[in-house]
Amino acid sequence: MKNNKQQNVFAELSIFRGANSTKPEFETFRVPFQQGASILDALIWINDNVDESLSFRYSCINANACKECMMIIDGQVEYACLKKLQKFGSKLEPLPNKTLIKDLVTDIVPPKEKLLS
Amino acid sequence: MRFVETDVLIVGAGAAGMYASISAARSNATVMLCDKSLISRGGATVMAQMTVAAALGHQEADHWTHHLQDTIKSGQELCNEKLSYLLCKNAPEKIRQMRDWKTNWANDNERIRQVLAPGHGVKRCCYVDFLNTGPAVARTLRGEVAKLKNVTRVSGLTIIDLVVEKNRVMGAIGLNTEAGEYVSISAKAIVLAAGGLTQLFARNSASKNMGGDSHALALRAGANLMDMEFVQFFPIGHLAPRLVGMDPIMWDPFRYKLGGRLLNGHEEQFIENYGGEDGDAYTVGRDLAAYAILKECEAGRGSPNGGAWLSFQHLSKAELDEAFGPIIKKLSANDIDLTKQAIEVAPIAHYHMGGIEVNESMETRVKGLFAAGECVGGANGANRLSGNAIPEAFVFGEIAGASAANTISETPHLSPQIGQNSLLNSLVELSRQQKQESQFKTVTSRKLLFKLQKLMWENVGVLRNKQGLKIAIDEIRRMKNDIFPNLKPASGTVFNTSLMDWLDLRNSLLCAEAICLAANERKESRGAHQMEDIPFKSDKYRKNQIISIIDGHLVSRWQDVQKLEFELEKKCWTTV
Repeated sequence: MKNNKQQNVFAELSIFRGANSTKPEFETFRVPFQQGASILDALIWINDNVDESLSFRYSCINANACKECMMIIDGQVEYACLKKLQKFGSKLEPLPNKTLIKDLVTDIVPPKEKLLS
Repeated sequence: MRFVETDVLIVGAGAAGMYASISAARSNATVMLCDKSLISRGGATVMAQMTVAAALGHQEADHWTHHLQDTIKSGQELCNEKLSYLLCKNAPEKIRQMRDWKTNWANDNERIRQVLAPGHGVKRCCYVDFLNTGPAVARTLRGEVAKLKNVTRVSGLTIIDLVVEKNRVMGAIGLNTEAGEYVSISAKAIVLAAGGLTQLFARNSASKNMGGDSHALALRAGANLMDMEFVQFFPIGHLAPRLVGMDPIMWDPFRYKLGGRLLNGHEEQFIENYGGEDGDAYTVGRDLAAYAILKECEAGRGSPNGGAWLSFQHLSKAELDEAFGPIIKKLSANDIDLTKQAIEVAPIAHYHMGGIEVNESMETRVKGLFAAGECVGGANGANRLSGNAIPEAFVFGEIAGASAANTISETPHLSPQIGQNSLLNSLVELSRQQKQESQFKTVTSRKLLFKLQKLMWENVGVLRNKQGLKIAIDEIRRMKNDIFPNLKPASGTVFNTSLMDWLDLRNSLLCAEAICLAANERKESRGAHQMEDIPFKSDKYRKNQIISIIDGHLVSRWQDVQKLEFELEKKCWTTV
């Protein structure tokens, strides 16, 4: 993203927003397309440049080591760091079988790793 | 708002934090292990690719005194040798302990495989195939921690500040990010193990949460930092073509196993021109290699994207598959075929030698406050040996956990009332720092961090000079004093990314200032601190540099290096 050489080409990402799974709202973001970039690159680009409040989990940044960035990309369960950004764009949704927290963040924390009251 | 109580609070759940939890819990303390990401998944450990140095003597005769000698030599006279001693002496035992806990070190039956890495005199570095050391180590420790009933694990808890009374740590305040709830934690001892700060540099191999949290928490609590100017730049980070799903430092393990040729833009070998050797054995130190690559680029002999070529084209597909089968497939998914093309590499920020000043019990100058892992300063001096980071996390983690547990009997708990008051005071202070209305509507924490990373990379990176450091210090102080106080994190409670970014930036700006101040004061070139306009080492600076906060300002002073008398012992083979 940082060395984007094809500034005229954009990809459109349609991204689930909100903290209420019963009222799905999608917001569309135009991100610069770069050959070989990942969906995670595009999400970080949105945080850096357009909307700092868009929430998604990641820690290791494209190394596929932390395994935190799992989400639904075009209907399939994927790691955002492995899935390449496509010119025709993609639809991003939170994991359906986990409790929604916000945007693309779901409750993937094991029950024994939570602060209990 | 919530109040919780524990004997020992451990901040950061990588290898150091998990080892500390295990040893504190085994010393009968109750432990709360927290991480702002998920337990065992955030931070640097899980990203470790390959080498773990330990003088096992499984592939070649070795003795830990020789590991210590290599570590001290690499550290260029600045190692706190008492810490280096602890690291090297205890590393073999930790490797065996991890093996007993079922970490599958690559082996030939009873002999663990060990490879030669730069700066080591013998084959000393063990690993888990394929480039799987970090995930394997993290999984083992997560499993061991989960067995302990007196360890409470908390994912998604960001520690904001420590509570200190009369130079004794009493607890901490935190933000439970997923619930959007502030938490007050009473703790008799705290171990900071939240890793390094390489995220401060534009080009880095860090995870998102490595912006210097431990350092900033320690500094604000009254502890000292040391040798902050020494940032290790990993010479051959991946540059091009675009590669995702892999850690950018992956090419080092390739070189350990397969050699590989480092070439400039004219396709000539060049390390020799800078006084290093770079044959098939791959022994050139990281500081020299990073320096040489950037100097070639400066002279117009860089690769197209501003680095060097790394070629494995002398190897057959069969040889590559044999050494790195699954990784070759991942490369293929990125359209990279090493038999047909060289790839481009360039230096990236990878590790920080400096850190929190501790004694041999890993205790800081604040009573009850300990540190472990990468955030500890001193063991690696001015330049870290390849493979020393993971054993450092194991060894220092274990010592810190045990030391923390030992202090708890002498310490009372913070009363809930004082805990609540501390939390309220901290929140009032935090909200005072957050403007109700941002004066810079277009500036966000993310954008300011982005600027900071660029500034640090350009002026406080591999090659430094007086003018660049001056620019960086002035600009960081402007960011810290003029821009940051006018930022307003977005409102909202649950998983508030904007508030998390703001808290990260608060720590990162403090660390960046500490690094620049330290770099500016060290008027010489040594190890990872290379000044273009002072290109020599000076005996006057054969000292550690201490940074602390005095009357609200960062202050630097010099301190004698901790030396250790030891004799080299005879190297021997073992199978133990």
